[in-house]
Amino acid sequence: MIVSQPDAGGHFGDYGGRYVPEVLMSPLEELERTYLEARNDPAFQAELDELLRSYAGRPTPLYFARRLSQKLGGAKIYLKREDLLHTGAHKINNCLGQALLARRMGKKRIIAETGAGQHGVATATVCALFGLECLVYMGEEDMRRQRLNVFRMRLLGAKVVAVTNGSRTLKDAISEAMRDWVTNVKSTHYLLGSALGSHPYPLMVREFHKIIGEEARGHIQQAEARLPDAVFACVGGGSNAIGIFHAFIPDASVQLIGVEAGGRGSQLGEHAARFSGGSPGVLHGARSYLLQDEDGQVSLTHSVSAGLDYALVGPEHAWLHDQGRAEYISVDDRQALEAARVLSQTEGIIPALESAHAVAEAVTRAPKAQGQVFIVNVSGRGDKDIDIYRENFRELDAQ
Amino acid sequence: MQTRITRLFDSLNRAGTKGLIAYLTVGDPSPERTPALIEALERGGADLIELGVPFSDPIADGPVIQRAGERALRAGTTLRGVLEIAQEVRSRSEIPLLLFTYLNPVLRYGFEKLARDAVAAGIDGCLLTDASVEEAGEYVRVMRAAGLDTVFLVAPTSSARRLQLVAQYSSGFVYLVSRTGVTGERDSLSDSVAPLVRAVRAVTNLPLAVGFGVSRPEHVAELGKQVEAVVVGSALVHLIERNLDNPSLDIQLESFARELKHGFELANAGVHLS
Repeated sequence: MIVSQPDAGGHFGDYGGRYVPEVLMSPLEELERTYLEARNDPAFQAELDELLRSYAGRPTPLYFARRLSQKLGGAKIYLKREDLLHTGAHKINNCLGQALLARRMGKKRIIAETGAGQHGVATATVCALFGLECLVYMGEEDMRRQRLNVFRMRLLGAKVVAVTNGSRTLKDAISEAMRDWVTNVKSTHYLLGSALGSHPYPLMVREFHKIIGEEARGHIQQAEARLPDAVFACVGGGSNAIGIFHAFIPDASVQLIGVEAGGRGSQLGEHAARFSGGSPGVLHGARSYLLQDEDGQVSLTHSVSAGLDYALVGPEHAWLHDQGRAEYISVDDRQALEAARVLSQTEGIIPALESAHAVAEAVTRAPKAQGQVFIVNVSGRGDKDIDIYRENFRELDAQ
Repeated sequence: MQTRITRLFDSLNRAGTKGLIAYLTVGDPSPERTPALIEALERGGADLIELGVPFSDPIADGPVIQRAGERALRAGTTLRGVLEIAQEVRSRSEIPLLLFTYLNPVLRYGFEKLARDAVAAGIDGCLLTDASVEEAGEYVRVMRAAGLDTVFLVAPTSSARRLQLVAQYSSGFVYLVSRTGVTGERDSLSDSVAPLVRAVRAVTNLPLAVGFGVSRPEHVAELGKQVEAVVVGSALVHLIERNLDNPSLDIQLESFARELKHGFELANAGVHLS
């Protein structure tokens, strides 16, 4: 049985670890200490559980997508409805946990990066809830394509800072957030939003999201009296995926399928498929599969979905990949858009573009999987992507 | 182990003087121009050159060095190219050369290959901003075996336990980060330098250099009283940026280095600086 647990230095096999400027070593150690204490403190867990229940809306349903399953004529497809959480995505699970940790450390200023804006909105939300100062770094290009979320953050009282260097997307937003943290290390907690970065982030973010898989595992056993055959999740940094995978890792019969962004082509720079197009490297504090050129410069990436548009995959996914415990494939922009339309019109659920990647792979595999049970993590809802859907489905506007 | 770096600090010590360490991003504005800029710095009095190898995601650098890195990458600078430039400089000069970069380009190049090629190019040591000592065991082993110094950073936030660790992994000198923050020019020096110097002295006999935010002769003067060497980076890179098309760039760089170096003499003369 595979047990996925980092060692004391935060290594998942050869991946993970702590690769940061010396200034950041002491806050990472402080965060690790605080997190490990809090994890063993029943009062911390009770407060988090109550917030997840009464504020965020947990547990989320596991919904049988009857019409979608019928249309595809194969596997029974269940949807884990993280899109129904407060703020519209799974990101709130981690933000509530880290906000409690920030309070425990006495840090009153929160910084975060965001790609699609879902993590930024969730961070702005918990900062409003706890009365914390909030500053979100967001690539200029992402601000353009996720305008709605920019305004939501501002309405929630956060300051959104446009990052104008590099590709002006998630990678550059993380770099800028790290520079802020290096500078304001004593007053500030960096509320990192994916299963990325230096130890303890990948461990901690997984632990705050593993409830997704725990609920899904319980619900599917109630509904089907068995475990699923396959679990699908999109993978940017990989927080929703590790969240839903984790409870199933010991269940050898359950296939775990991570779906990366295939973008608009297989050339370096046209996608964010780290496993097929990348190799081990170090970025933003961790070692994992990285899209890079032959000189070790980090490549630009492309995806229609801002949340998957990033050059490094979370280190635990790299480890699960090398162990052969999880399979990672990619779905391109076009397939993801089409899957979003199919899900919208068969089930009345408009998914986030990120989640649509996971839906697309399940849609591809379902017809050949008669008698099987699939779970797809619908990690977020699609309201934020309406402008992109409109651009891509012009014929609907013309009706 | 004797290297050009250890010999430099020995000779500074014997002479009772302090060292000026100059950083520049290699390949900014172009690889062809870098050797002349290094020679200008040396003529101006720089005692050691940090050869900044540009990286696409320089999280420890402020805007000035970020922009220099972008220019250098656009001009086609690679680690391989930096070694070639070092070799060219080495054919004419014995100034100590320290590679200064992030881990990923070095990982990609390969530790063993880099150690071999760096020695062949006349490089004396290496500093990787984002290689914490916890992750640096293999790197340090390979570099040291090749006779290269491994310089690490300590910061005002480093715990006593970490200072000890960094001192153990360091050779040549220890680089003290004067303040929390990214690289960049500052008007005044941070108060955190003096306590950091005391704390590091308690755990090592290695020479100490202070950098980050050092940009004026009076900073050099003040720090020269406390440590063996002072690092100036962004201020030099900024001067390069302001004179990209100026044919007198080399001369300006040389005279700015001379002004900075003169800071040490101001301190010796007991001139009061406010």
